[in-house]
Amino acid sequence: MTAPSKIVADPSQAAAAPLLEVENLHVDFISRAGRTPAVRDVSFGLAPGEVLCILGESGSGKSVTLRALMRLLPQGRSEIRGQVRFQGEDVLKMPRRALNMLRGARISMIFQEPMTALDPVFTIGDQIAETVIRHTGASREKAMARALELLELVRIPSAERRLKAYPHELSGGLRQRAMIAVSLSCYPQLLLADEPTTALDATVQIQILILLKQLQQDLGMGTIFVTHDLGVAAQIADKIAVMYAGRVVEYGSAEEVLLNPSHPYARGMLASTVSGQPRDRDIAAIPGSPPDMRNLPAGCAFAPRCAFATDLCHRSEPGLTQRGAFGHVSCHHVHRLDPPAPAGASVTTL
Amino acid sequence: MMNFFKLTKATVAAPADPRDRGGPRQPMLIARNLRKHFPITGGLLGRTVASVRAVDDVSFAVRKGETLGVVGESGCGKSTLAKLLMHLVPPDSGELIFDGLEVGARDGLRLRDLRRNMQMVFQDSASSLNPRMPIEESVAYGPRVHGMGRAQARAHAISLLEQVGLPARLFAGRYPHELSGGQKQRVNIARALALDPRMLILDEAVSALDKSVEAQVLNLLRRLKAEFNLTYLFISHDLHVVQYISDRVMVMYLGEVVEIGPVERIYASATHPYTRALLASQLHADPRARVTEPPITGDPPNPVNPPGGCRFHTRCPFAETICSQTAPALTPLPAASEHVVACHMADPASGHTRAGAQARPGLVPSAFADTPGPDRTSKEGVRA
Repeated sequence: MTAPSKIVADPSQAAAAPLLEVENLHVDFISRAGRTPAVRDVSFGLAPGEVLCILGESGSGKSVTLRALMRLLPQGRSEIRGQVRFQGEDVLKMPRRALNMLRGARISMIFQEPMTALDPVFTIGDQIAETVIRHTGASREKAMARALELLELVRIPSAERRLKAYPHELSGGLRQRAMIAVSLSCYPQLLLADEPTTALDATVQIQILILLKQLQQDLGMGTIFVTHDLGVAAQIADKIAVMYAGRVVEYGSAEEVLLNPSHPYARGMLASTVSGQPRDRDIAAIPGSPPDMRNLPAGCAFAPRCAFATDLCHRSEPGLTQRGAFGHVSCHHVHRLDPPAPAGASVTTL
Repeated sequence: MMNFFKLTKATVAAPADPRDRGGPRQPMLIARNLRKHFPITGGLLGRTVASVRAVDDVSFAVRKGETLGVVGESGCGKSTLAKLLMHLVPPDSGELIFDGLEVGARDGLRLRDLRRNMQMVFQDSASSLNPRMPIEESVAYGPRVHGMGRAQARAHAISLLEQVGLPARLFAGRYPHELSGGQKQRVNIARALALDPRMLILDEAVSALDKSVEAQVLNLLRRLKAEFNLTYLFISHDLHVVQYISDRVMVMYLGEVVEIGPVERIYASATHPYTRALLASQLHADPRARVTEPPITGDPPNPVNPPGGCRFHTRCPFAETICSQTAPALTPLPAASEHVVACHMADPASGHTRAGAQARPGLVPSAFADTPGPDRTSKEGVRA
């Protein structure tokens, strides 16, 4: 089995210095009951201006990976190992003070629930200005002017009035726009987004996705977008990493992964997503449920649910097999499975 | 009395059910002019200063054996509607007729009997189970309250758990925290079936589940519907799921019904501009079909003091004066009487300049992408 230990960077971007390099990232949660792995040996790179989507179900480790990049996990109760290099600096070894200067300035984050991420007792304007003052040392007046500019950038109607609004006075969509404005206040080079549109209504979600894509392109921000929704990934991603049980099982361009997935889990996820299937037939669901992370099976974590699993899969964990120009798949039988079934086809027909 | 609990299994597609009172053509449930306004009180005297018009004059029927999908965004009243149907929240006005009997009327159906015949599955699978009760007891609880003996209720619960794919040998004694989200939702479905109901109200029942588990539960619901001869009211914000499971679809906006029609018609030729915008906002797992223009701008307005006239006029790209003045009534389309819509454009006599245009093919407002598909990007979106 070909098993390159690291991900080969996209050759087209090899010339440009990568914005972010993640190597062998492990995250464990520590409790009295013991140690639970959440992220297991995740590696990827991100070029400036590129959008990577981490796709996975709940418990797959996608949000934990994102938080580990900014060291936003509870100290003492979690352990992060590996390397996270942002513009050449190792984030995991950075002293607190340097880290604080990084957060919100060069790397910023938007969350799923703007109501809990924004401070309810400060106005939107104050919250943006705070970040600007803190990172640039601008005067309050200048910071407020910048806040207004940002609200206009995220297309909040009557921005001037909204500067003085408290988070609860805004609708869900406007609140999410306000949070995006906060995150953009210092022109970050890297934007981390954790399911930012999941709580929104369909007609609002599409507006926010279009806005994010446009801002990301205009400002040339590298972006990592965590989602469980294939449609969201299709709308925004250049590259997609599919996570399962703490590992990246498939990585590739958005088109490759969504239209032509290799890994049995990625294929199963695509087939089981409801989208215009015939109404008189069952949906090709993946049997079973994701494994208990405290008690992972010995071999491939997906083997118990996989239609192709053999003894080998139950015994040893697969390495990475190169796929396409820069992508990879973690499956013992990827060669047996090729050519991949067309998207939406039932896994069991193979 | 005990034969309520016998599991009558369907043998043919639309069988005559021995529990039927009104005959196969009598709708399972008719809701007429249901209304619920939640008052907002304020000031020292606690006077009502405004009201949330959660459900406003909603009428529809659910036929025997069908699945009626209810879609809409947050604040459109779909969950309040579910609670009104179950009488978990008493309606301000309006009537409910279950299989020919008026609910709560003197000679009608008692609330207790309504709830035996109509059960509900909620979105949050964890909070709807008692954490201190093994799941077998949770499932047996309803039948016991309705007079079944302990041993019989237990046997019934075990058979139901098997039916929903939870082998009793492994699962019966477990507590909710020992189950995954999908398994908990299966328990909730088993519990809803414990009283041998005619109809289930599924309020975002699969929305909180992961995609692979969601598919499993949808398959289960489809199988149970045939086996137990059920009628579903399926509430969801996910248009893909509603398309898969529903026979007819009802679209709600700010407490009102804007369109009802057969699922094929709604997804192929939706007529209300809101339905069209909703469909155009659907995301597809194809990166080549990216949407670059939002089909509609703004958020759904606050249901406190909703806009007058047609409630959608503030976001509608085709709104004219008439739309802000008069509320359109639900009227059947000339092309298909099954398909009703509340829009001035669908009513030739309304005075809207586009009135009647949609009844004729080829004159459908072109601003919306006709069908959500891979070629949507090339079409022009609408900016309100």
